[in-house]
Amino acid sequence: MALASVLQSESVDFSNYGRQRHGFASGLYEAELGLESVGGDRLSFALSTSCSNGDGPDRKIEFLHGTTTLAFKFQHGVIVAVDSRATAGSYIASQTVKKVIEINPYLLGTMAGGAADCSFWERLLARQCRVYELRNKERISVAAASKLLANMVYQYKGMGLSMGTMVCGWDKTGPGLYYVDSEGNRVCGDLFAVGSGSMYAYGIVDSGLKQKDLTVEEACDLGRRAIYQATYRDAYSGGQVNLYHVHSEGWTRVSQSDVLMLHQQYQAEKA
Amino acid sequence: TMFATQVYGDNGKMKEYHYTGPVEHRFSPYSFNGGTVLAVAGEDFAIVASDTRLSEGYSIHSRDSPKCYKLTDTTVIGCSGFHGDCLTLTKIIDARLKMYKHSNNKCMTSGAIAAMLSTILYGRRFFPYYVYNIIGGLDEEGKGAVYSFDPVGSYQRDTYKAGGSASAMLQPLLDNQIGFKNMEGVQHLPLSQEKAVQLVKDVFISAAERDVYTGDALRICIVTKDGIKEETVPLRKD
Repeated sequence: MALASVLQSESVDFSNYGRQRHGFASGLYEAELGLESVGGDRLSFALSTSCSNGDGPDRKIEFLHGTTTLAFKFQHGVIVAVDSRATAGSYIASQTVKKVIEINPYLLGTMAGGAADCSFWERLLARQCRVYELRNKERISVAAASKLLANMVYQYKGMGLSMGTMVCGWDKTGPGLYYVDSEGNRVCGDLFAVGSGSMYAYGIVDSGLKQKDLTVEEACDLGRRAIYQATYRDAYSGGQVNLYHVHSEGWTRVSQSDVLMLHQQYQAEKA
Repeated sequence: TMFATQVYGDNGKMKEYHYTGPVEHRFSPYSFNGGTVLAVAGEDFAIVASDTRLSEGYSIHSRDSPKCYKLTDTTVIGCSGFHGDCLTLTKIIDARLKMYKHSNNKCMTSGAIAAMLSTILYGRRFFPYYVYNIIGGLDEEGKGAVYSFDPVGSYQRDTYKAGGSASAMLQPLLDNQIGFKNMEGVQHLPLSQEKAVQLVKDVFISAAERDVYTGDALRICIVTKDGIKEETVPLRKD
């Protein structure tokens, strides 16, 4: 398996031990996909169920179910906007998480679900994309990159990985946007929002995208506003809004805005 | 009792003190040994501090078990959670540091150690090391750096971070005093080493008041370009 070979560690005897039951109180990420990843009874060990008594690590691993990430295609490329809050239960573990992973200068990946799962597998994806470039002497397409990621995590399906990511880039077919998750979904689309605050974000982006042909600045404002509104209403999203724009030359980091500052700015605009 | 069973409920605290009926006992490979760790990064220094109490349930195993471990001349790691995993993890890190030194003929930088620790932790994604790690040290430019981790390897660089049992008590105070959060009209002065050390002492004294797992003594490791200085300060022993 990819995990064992990369880390050169002997395959773990208790490899199915730590499988978590996704009984999170918010249960929001899984709920959106209409899926329930229960540990399952693959193990003959009765030990697997003792995790559920709230042992430290199972409860305190940082899961970014509470999150809002979005990406949408428009005339001039792809806009990617994310919040920056990470929660461990109801404790806010960090307000400064980088939920956009820079896979390479023309590919971005977003993070939702398990923080370690997302950053590890997307870092591995970066490695695979580089190998592809060296072997084929050309950049990897967004479709191929997202497929690599989907296939990597599919091997671990049912083992408790939690990852909901959007692979965004620009290749020779134009702007590319794929949603990939740890359940095995891989879908191409023009607009995705992932996380507990996604419904609020969808509302803003759907209404803003009605008018066609957005300029880069309008699209950035739309993405920023959508995340801000999501952080306003979703307790599990917050911190800062990180905004990226993917265009034909690659991606650009547009802005990082503190949500409190945005709030004051929008209040002032209303007046 | 020396082995952990399901009688210990959330967070290692005992579920019930009095017998209330049949209880199912299950072996748990984990145990919670308490302890709090804190790291602060300054302009040209880094501080890693931890209390020295080692507990299990209602007992204290030791009053002198610091949770800071020196890795290199410019990096210190603080590990709290399950003491067994802390020991093994630090042994593994030391071994990997040696291997790197032999292969590459140079010491690992703080950033490299952080990236390596992330993959070591993720290697046990399905049977995690029950350890909350915080690395404090100097980066390649000589500036203070703090890296905080979750048990499965997610990490990021911070200016300050508290981890362990009293982290939820310490972190908000640090947010206010070092991050100047929720303060208006205050000048953002850079943090001096003396002020940082005093703040760390004050913060731990407060934590020892209200967290049962934190106390006995405070070990502070100050990392500067001149090396690592250690200071020990007594805390409440009750």
